[in-house]
Amino acid sequence: MRTLAALLLAAAIATPAAAETILINNGRVVTNGAGGVIENGDVLIVDGRIAMVGANVAAPRGARVIEANGNYVTPGAFAAMSEVGLSEISGSGAPNDADIEGELISAAADAGQAFNPNVTAIPVTRIEGVTRAAIAPSASSTIFDGRGALVSMSGEADSVFRTRAFMVVELGESGANRTGGSRAALWPAFEAALRDAREYPARYRSGQGGAVLNEIDAQALQPFARGQGVFLVHLESAADIRRLIRFKRANPSLRFVIHGGAEAWQVADELASSGIPVILDPLVNLPDHFERLSARLDNAALLNRAGVRFAIAPGPGSVDAHQARLVLQLAGNAVANGLPWDVAFAAVSRGPAEIFGVTNLGRLERNYLADVVIWDGDPLQVTSAPTAVFIEGVEQSLTSRQTQLRDRYNPRNRRR
Amino acid sequence: MRLNLRPAIAIVAMLSLAACATTSADNTADEGPVPFASTYTPRPSTPTLIRNATVFDGNGAELSNADVLMRDGRIVAVGQNLSAEGATVIDGTGKFVTPGIIDAHSHLGVYPSPSIDATSDGNELTSPNTAEVWAEHSVWPQDPGFLRAVAGGITTLHVLPGSGNLFGGRGVTLRPVLGATTVQEMKFPGAPQSLKMACGENPARVYGSRNSSPATGMGDVAGYRQAFANAARYAARMEAAENGQGEPPDRDLEMETLAGVINGDIILQWHCYRADEMANAIQVAHEFHFQIAAFHHAVEAYKITDMLREENICAAMWADWWGFKLEAYDGIRENIAFVDASGGCAVVHSDSEVGIQRLNQEAAKAMADGRRAGIEITRAQAWTWLSRNPARALRIDQETGTLEPGRRADVVIWSADPLSSYAVAERVFIDGAVMYERGAQRDPPSDFELGQTYSRGRAQ
Repeated sequence: MRTLAALLLAAAIATPAAAETILINNGRVVTNGAGGVIENGDVLIVDGRIAMVGANVAAPRGARVIEANGNYVTPGAFAAMSEVGLSEISGSGAPNDADIEGELISAAADAGQAFNPNVTAIPVTRIEGVTRAAIAPSASSTIFDGRGALVSMSGEADSVFRTRAFMVVELGESGANRTGGSRAALWPAFEAALRDAREYPARYRSGQGGAVLNEIDAQALQPFARGQGVFLVHLESAADIRRLIRFKRANPSLRFVIHGGAEAWQVADELASSGIPVILDPLVNLPDHFERLSARLDNAALLNRAGVRFAIAPGPGSVDAHQARLVLQLAGNAVANGLPWDVAFAAVSRGPAEIFGVTNLGRLERNYLADVVIWDGDPLQVTSAPTAVFIEGVEQSLTSRQTQLRDRYNPRNRRR
Repeated sequence: MRLNLRPAIAIVAMLSLAACATTSADNTADEGPVPFASTYTPRPSTPTLIRNATVFDGNGAELSNADVLMRDGRIVAVGQNLSAEGATVIDGTGKFVTPGIIDAHSHLGVYPSPSIDATSDGNELTSPNTAEVWAEHSVWPQDPGFLRAVAGGITTLHVLPGSGNLFGGRGVTLRPVLGATTVQEMKFPGAPQSLKMACGENPARVYGSRNSSPATGMGDVAGYRQAFANAARYAARMEAAENGQGEPPDRDLEMETLAGVINGDIILQWHCYRADEMANAIQVAHEFHFQIAAFHHAVEAYKITDMLREENICAAMWADWWGFKLEAYDGIRENIAFVDASGGCAVVHSDSEVGIQRLNQEAAKAMADGRRAGIEITRAQAWTWLSRNPARALRIDQETGTLEPGRRADVVIWSADPLSSYAVAERVFIDGAVMYERGAQRDPPSDFELGQTYSRGRAQ
């Protein structure tokens, strides 16, 4: 009985927030869709979804009305790649579920099984306007890092909204390093793994076993090897991108997304016709690896001009568990280097959703989930911050461990 | 001998640009010229007048519709309706002019691009005390990062050894001279060298994993104290010998660096994250009577702002890095603003070949977050974190860091308010000469990048 009462009480507390009807009034509404940017626009949220967007939306009876005062109202940002939720502290020998050592499990690794919605990085990320993230583990010795998940920044128990959403595979320099140091070995290894997966379970039941994969990894890889899931491929160089495009042409049922692509601008037209999207980092402009000697700051602008689909996120090697919030700064820097604002904002909101096949996030349009942020300025400016964040219509706390530390040590508070 | 005379020499060199390249270390008969002296010479410049811009003077003031006049590599005047016959005139309407950004913490050149085994040259991790090594001897002038840094408005940078040992070695203040073939061409004339020390997790992890000291925080502090105790004796014997009392000790490069810190001619840049560890470091400084110029990273500086102010120690900080180690766990976005608001010397640093390209955005974050926490900060005040304060931390503030008349003409013209994410550096002047111009079609200055696909059709 006590349990039932507790449940009913919990439901009573939870329901009003979830079911709240909210009208955001008079904002600069970035719809990310056909509506473009609506000046003096309103956004109506009902039952966790966008019910209406436009000028002069009437507030239904009982609706909470929030004045946006002409400020930006946008979809929540979507970090197209992060390790948020996979560690509380990534170094210092603290537990870090993002890093997998050894070869016991490769393709079968499953980030959704490791995600912890209670890490302090989630409120830190959320209060900067990022409401969703794609997360993936990172292996050290096998070319498959494993399966990524899509997560909400709500901090709630049901934060993982899609598991096994993509398969991370290394097909560039780091992939070569894991196959004896050479791409000459990497590609045959990748193709052999795909064959193992396609022939699962027959060759394992027959006792033949896999050529390169164990049974568990072959099973995990199978749907991706059959075109039922997307490969997120780490590579950077123009030569590697061309190899992937050729491979895709020969295997049209397979689906690929490039993560990295520092030299993509050199093969922009070929990429556009291949249909392969790119998740790129607009700050990568150093020849810090031989696979990205041609990196440049206007990569995003050049890809956009050529018609390549892309999203913006930290590049492989820069992905971490604590700074997913910086995707907006990355997008702002793409604007500084020639990318139109609306394209840049979409690249950290609608773009990631589309790349991962999420059809109900990334826009302020009817029936989309109400991940909505009200800002005190241009969201792509580092000086701006949210004044309100909603995830599926639920207003989020703007408190984090960092704001608590701030308030404890604020010299203004001390003087009082 | 050298160690005692260096401070005076450094001051002389600071005052005299022409002399410093060739100033000898001291005037004792048995010494030759200063080894590895700066051979930096400013690029040719013409008198230049920037008209009608918004100017942050680096001292906290913002001037509207102001002019900046540079001549012979120095700032001549900042004000309204300036004129200068024969000067190159640049219309600054709608643009912003600031002192060049000074990064007090960089590893450009010592961890250059490309990052491979051969270029991992920034930390002599062979002993907890490698005070004898000099970062400048690892600097690769071809590092393509120097061009990217200048394009981000950097005019001076302090290159440090890594933080894996207690005493990493000497750091060096450089000009990002594009196309330099030697590091001596890049050395900021007269700027003192630093000693890089490190607190905390890094040395304990590196040496603890080798089952040698330091393996713990207490091992760290014991290591500092024993080394300075030895150095104090070395310095005393050296001084006695100069006064005709006894023989000088055998020359010891490690001791020479530490004694230089005690004597004040080598400035101390100390990597330290936590408040309690910074407090311990200050105790070591008191015990051995030396000054700490700056704590670097100083993620918890906001917890000890009064102590830092009273000890006259700058804090060189990131705007928002946190969580990658336990000692970085308490990072907050208001750290820089809180140090500044408490009257301390707040410095925005990069420690990153990526971050160094847009330190202005890091200052912008800190300013905005500070304001949201109720701290009043003007944008011109925020700029002091990027130029004047790092110049203080590096003891070059009499030469650069502000637009005061007589200072070196290290000047950036920005396309827009440089505390905006959309602003880019259009022109960067070092000693009054254009080191970088956005959009100029040029071959890459680094030989490494020449002939690569990178340079095809690419503007700097």
